[in-house]
Amino acid sequence: MFKLVKRLTSVIAMFAVLFTFTTETMAAKKSKTLKNTQKKGFVRCGVSQGLPGFSNADAAGNWTGVDVDVCRAVAAAVLGDSSKVKFTPLSAKERFTALTSNEIDILSRNTTWTLSRDADIGLTFVGVNFYDGQGFMVRKNSGISSVNDFKAGVSACTNLGTTTELNMRDFFNSKGIKYEPVTFEKADEVVAAYDAGRCDTYTTDKSGLAAQRIKLSNPDDHMVLPETISKEPLGPVVRQGDSVWEDIVRWSLNTMIEAEEYGVTSANADMMKTSDNPAVKRLVGAEGELGAALGLDNEWSLRIIKQVGNYGESYKRNIADTGILPDRGPNELWTKGGILYVPPAR
Amino acid sequence: MNFKKILPQLLTLVVVILVFGFFSYNAQVNMENRGITFGYGFLSQESSFDVQFSLIKYDGSHSYFRAYLVGLLNTILVSVIGILFATIIGVVVGIARLSSNYLIERTAAIYVEFFRNIPLLLQIFFWYFAALRALPLPEKAEPIFGVFFLTIKGFFVPAFVWNNLDIFIYSVISAIIAIVFVRLYAKKKQENQGIQTPVLSISIGLLIILPLLSFFLGGVDASVEIPVIEQLSKTSFTFKGGLKLPPELISLALALSLYTATFIAECVRAGVQGVSKGQKEAAASIGLTPNQVLKLVVMPQALRIIIPPTTNQYLNLTKNSSLAAAIAYPDLVLVFAGTALMQTGRAIEIVSITMLTYLTLSITISIFMNWYNKKIAIKEK
Repeated sequence: MFKLVKRLTSVIAMFAVLFTFTTETMAAKKSKTLKNTQKKGFVRCGVSQGLPGFSNADAAGNWTGVDVDVCRAVAAAVLGDSSKVKFTPLSAKERFTALTSNEIDILSRNTTWTLSRDADIGLTFVGVNFYDGQGFMVRKNSGISSVNDFKAGVSACTNLGTTTELNMRDFFNSKGIKYEPVTFEKADEVVAAYDAGRCDTYTTDKSGLAAQRIKLSNPDDHMVLPETISKEPLGPVVRQGDSVWEDIVRWSLNTMIEAEEYGVTSANADMMKTSDNPAVKRLVGAEGELGAALGLDNEWSLRIIKQVGNYGESYKRNIADTGILPDRGPNELWTKGGILYVPPAR
Repeated sequence: MNFKKILPQLLTLVVVILVFGFFSYNAQVNMENRGITFGYGFLSQESSFDVQFSLIKYDGSHSYFRAYLVGLLNTILVSVIGILFATIIGVVVGIARLSSNYLIERTAAIYVEFFRNIPLLLQIFFWYFAALRALPLPEKAEPIFGVFFLTIKGFFVPAFVWNNLDIFIYSVISAIIAIVFVRLYAKKKQENQGIQTPVLSISIGLLIILPLLSFFLGGVDASVEIPVIEQLSKTSFTFKGGLKLPPELISLALALSLYTATFIAECVRAGVQGVSKGQKEAAASIGLTPNQVLKLVVMPQALRIIIPPTTNQYLNLTKNSSLAAAIAYPDLVLVFAGTALMQTGRAIEIVSITMLTYLTLSITISIFMNWYNKKIAIKEK
C-alpha cells in the first residue's frame, strides 16, 4: 500500500517537473509578460492610492500623473493605445507582493530604488522618473525653520513600511534626538493625524509633502523645511526574470526623456520624421530597426511621444501646472542644469 | 486490522498531503523563478526602524525578532485591557438589561443595539480621528486630579519609580500563594465541620499586609514621578516624565471594549434568563438571602451558559485588535506584518509567523476558557 503511494507521488512529481521545464523553455523565447499583455489587450499597472502629480484618480476615475504616464507610454508602445491600462491602487505594504505575485506587470508608484529592494526580493528597477528626497513639514507658527530646531520628544507622523521610516531614524539618531514615530498604513490617515495635531512634523518625500499639503485644512499654515535628508530616486519596477519586458519599460521611459532632450513633442512628432538629425529620426522610428530588438514594431516610440508626450510635457501637465512643484530642480535635463540623463536610443 | 475501514482515511490523508505538497512545490518553483530566497535568517538582522510604544526596551539597533516581540506584547496588552473592560462593561450592561427600572433597561438596550451594529473599523476611526480632534493640545490640557493629563498626544499619567521592585513582587506572589492555602483550608473546614471562614476579608488583608511589610522590612521604596510640561518649539509642547499612554492605544482599547461588551452583555443576559425561575424560588424558600441566591444558585448555573459564547467574544477581540494598523497602534500586524515585512520583503515567512502567533494566542485563550468551563460544569455524582 505505502509502496504504491510512494510510486504514485514520484510519478506525479516527475510530471510536475517536466511541465515546468517545458513552460520555462517557451518563456525564454519570448517575453511571457509581453505575450500576456498583448493577449489581454491592456497593461496591468500598480499605482498609489492617490498622490497628486504622481498617480491620482479624478471623480470620473481617470488616472493622471507622471507615474501614470510611464504605464501609458508602455501601453502606447506595446498595444498602440495609451488608454489601454488597468490601474490597481496599492498601499506601500501591498505594492511589491502585488508585483511578484503577478497581479500587475509594472509598479509605477513613487517607489524608491534601493539595493535591497532591487537585489533581494525578486524585483528589478528599470530607471528613475523622479529624483526626490525626504523632507519635513511643520506648522509655520511653531517657529521651527530648520531641522536643527527639532528637540527631543518630537513626534513625527509618516507612512509605514517605506524608506522614510528608516531615513527618519538615521536622521534623528545622527542628531541624538529621541523622537516618537507614528506610522500609518495609508497616506490620508497620516495627513489627518498630522492635521489634528497628533504630530509636530510630517515627514515623507518632498514631492509627497508638496502634494499632500493641499489636503490639509489650512495649507497656508504649514511649510516644508528646506533641508533634504535623503536620496529618493523614484522609478518604475518590474518583476525580475523577464528581461525583454524590463527593456520595454526602461526604454519607454527613456524615450520620453530623450524626446524632451531633442525637442520632440506630441505636437511635432510626425514632422520630425523628416528631421536632418539622425538621432531624432531614430527616436521617431524613421531610421533604424530599434523596435525589433524589443519585439515591437518600429513606430513604438513615435506612439509614446504622440499619445503621452515627452517627459517635460508630462511634468508640466501633472506637477508644474497643478502647483505642486513648479520648479523642476534636479528633474531638469542634464543639458539644462538638472540630472536627467538617459543612454542614447540607437 | 480492518483494512476496509482505514483505507478511505488513508486515501484522504494522501490527498491532503499531495495538495499541500503541490502548493508548497508550486510556491518554491515560482519563488525560484523570480529570484526570491526563502529563510528565517532575517530575524536576527538589525531592524533599523523605531516603534513609538513598546513594553520592552527596543530601538532600531535591535533585531527583527525583538521587533516581533514588541508587536506581540503590544497585541497582548491591548487584548488584555480590552477583555478586562469588555467583561466589566458587558456584565454591568447585561444585568442592567434585566433591570425592572425602565430607564436603565432601555439605556442598556440602546447601547447594545447601537454599538454592535456599527462596523468595528468605523468605530476605531471614530474614536481615533473624531474623538482625538476634540482633545486639547498639551499646553491647554486641564490636569485631572492635578497629575493626569489627557491630551491629543496621549494620556500622561504619573509613574512609580521603584527601589527594590523585585522584593515587592515577591511579597505579592507570596500573598497570592498564602491566599490559595487559606482557601483550601477554608473549604476543608466547611466540608468537615460546616463552619464558614471569612475568606474574602482574610485574602484582602493578606494582599495589603504582606506588600506593606516589604516596604518597612524589605527596603522597598517607591516615589511618584509626575509628568511635567515641556516646550518643543514656539507652539508645540509635550510632557516629560511619568508614563505615556499613546492615544492610539486608548482609542483602540476603547473601541474594542465598547464593541465586544455589547456581545458579552447579551451572553450575560441569556445566561441569567436561562436559569429557571423555580431555582430562585426554591433557593429563597430554604432561607437563603437574595445575595446568597445570586451567588450560590443563579450565577453558578448562569455561568455555564455564559462562558462558551463569551470565549468566542474574547477570541474575536484578540483577533480584531489587528485592526490597530489603521490607526498607528504598533501591534503585531503593524510592526511585524507591516513595517518588518516591507523592509525585508519576506512576505511568506512573516505572514506565516504572524498567522501562527495569532493561532497560538487564540488557542491559549480557548484552552484556558475550556478549562474554566469544565471546572464550573455540572459535576454529576
